[in-house]
Amino acid sequence: MLANIKQSKPAAYAGMAIFAVVLAVLPFVMGATLGNTWVRNLDLAMLYIMLALGLNIVVGYAGLLDLGYIAFYAVGAYVYALLNSPHLVPMLSGTGFEWLLHMPLLVVLPLAALLAGIFGVLLGSPTLKLRGDYLAIVTLGFGEIVRLFMNNLDRPINITNGPQGVNLIEPVSLFGHKFSQAITVFGIEFRSVHLYYYLFLALALLIIVVSIRLQSSRIGRAWVAIREDEIAAQAMGINTRNVKLLAFAMGASFGGVSGAMFASFQGFVSPESFILMESIVVLAMVVLGGMGHIPGVILGAILLFLTPEVLRDVVNPLQDKLIGERLVNPENLRMLLFGIALIFVMLVRPEGLWPSKQRKAEFHEDDDLKVKDAEKEAAHG
Amino acid sequence: MANQANGEVLLEISGIHKRFGGLHALSDVALSINKGEIYGLIGPNGAGKTTLFNVLTGLYQPDEGKFTFKGIDLFRKKPNVVVESGIARTFQNIRLFHNMTALENVMVGRHVRTRANVLGAVFRDPKTRAEEAGIHERAQSLLDYVGIRKHGGEFAKNLSYGDQRRLEIARALATDPQLLALDEPAAGMNPKETDDLKKLMEKIRNDGVTILLIEHDVKLMMGLCDRIAVLDYGKKIAEGVPEEVKNNPRVIEAYLGASPD
Repeated sequence: MLANIKQSKPAAYAGMAIFAVVLAVLPFVMGATLGNTWVRNLDLAMLYIMLALGLNIVVGYAGLLDLGYIAFYAVGAYVYALLNSPHLVPMLSGTGFEWLLHMPLLVVLPLAALLAGIFGVLLGSPTLKLRGDYLAIVTLGFGEIVRLFMNNLDRPINITNGPQGVNLIEPVSLFGHKFSQAITVFGIEFRSVHLYYYLFLALALLIIVVSIRLQSSRIGRAWVAIREDEIAAQAMGINTRNVKLLAFAMGASFGGVSGAMFASFQGFVSPESFILMESIVVLAMVVLGGMGHIPGVILGAILLFLTPEVLRDVVNPLQDKLIGERLVNPENLRMLLFGIALIFVMLVRPEGLWPSKQRKAEFHEDDDLKVKDAEKEAAHG
Repeated sequence: MANQANGEVLLEISGIHKRFGGLHALSDVALSINKGEIYGLIGPNGAGKTTLFNVLTGLYQPDEGKFTFKGIDLFRKKPNVVVESGIARTFQNIRLFHNMTALENVMVGRHVRTRANVLGAVFRDPKTRAEEAGIHERAQSLLDYVGIRKHGGEFAKNLSYGDQRRLEIARALATDPQLLALDEPAAGMNPKETDDLKKLMEKIRNDGVTILLIEHDVKLMMGLCDRIAVLDYGKKIAEGVPEEVKNNPRVIEAYLGASPD
């Protein structure tokens, strides 16, 4: 995303260095000025960035409208939760599968990504012939099915612990250090939220790099070709079935990573975290920010995640001060603002807040045609 | 143009039937295209030309018949298999990837001849980088070949109509076809553009690519094709060199109606 800043090289490097420093000190600045809740919010925002980038592959690149994306977040979260909590211990003890529990992070994360990816293929394959509205409805159904499974797989064998969810999930432990404990390096105390911040930041950067590289590859071009014209893509020899499934799998695997991190960060998962509304919020992040454009999607994720948090911090004190009582619940206000923002963006900037050049062109096809017509007339006249 | 066909059969179909519900769009169609020729397909509107085209490029699955290309059986094969074995096409109503640049459009055409997978794309190993550079270079040279290199960075939809047609041809050529199937490439072109297009097709043929051509411009067809087949109501009613076809009474009847006597 920094690559397209058109500057001289040293200036670009300097810019990147400043950006890196800002990212590095951000949690401490936020913690000192706004309190630790905000560092926590920062961590969660990172998770949403990963989610949005994953959905961006499916919706933004390949043009497949997926309304059940949160299911893959759920798969990742449950994989981590079940393998890192006491919940499955009675079931697995004595079966020879105890090794599954408490695997190192560098094994669990790829495993969560892989399983989510497999789910992506499983849920994607029946939808291959569907487009647009129909695809959205079917994926919406699949998303709900996954949540209902999580909700009901507590009998006959208790796998997911049903609506109670899985508790006592262990925090991430990396290089022998548990993230639940603070660590002091060079006299600076890194608390749990800080450690998670750096871990999530690293993963988000990894996902950004993977997204950028996929986008400018043979695979990325095939995705965009399918989005642009599926028949023409077929006629160019693209195996649309495999390429679409690959988009589902890649998008889902990003969601799986994010979900696993969510589980370890919260220490608790339940089906309630994976409702349809979450899918819609993530989709709104992608659409609002700018489909198919990585910086735009990141912006969308940050804006949509942080707005409600800001509201929570601002609305109540403001009401107390101005009218002395609390008339409006910030939670409700959030939905109102969400709706207004979406309508506004769709009217004024349908391509999103920070679109790619490509998308911008797409949504202003009429303008281009007008220009073209004018040119033609000028040429003939 | 002299007949450069050396008689070696490249594509052969026989007994092809295609029905859409009650409509018998293609009925017992047989034809064979020789290596190195320009083979024309004409017929009145609704005769089944485009249907046959879609069958030959895998977009439609025929109901019955035989379809071989270079001896490989392509009956009811998926489009990507057909392209991989060496048949590429353009569309009657141009179907470019409008919001990709001209260059990217042609690069997509290289998809079928390249292998980079997700791991290659992510890690950018030397092999993938070399492949990507090759794709880029080939796409550039194809844009040059069809004469629109200077428009490489523009969105496909912003190109002029004639250039869009050329871009579609470049994109099809990027798949390294032995048979290039062009569906009404001269439609909507002025005489100058048509003439340029004719030269381009001759150049492509002289570079060793066999061409299958649907076209309404009879003058263009007569001057360009080595052999012509005529379809009417889903049946092949004539086949031969342009001179024969032009004087075939059944062809005249199909186009102008039966003579009163």
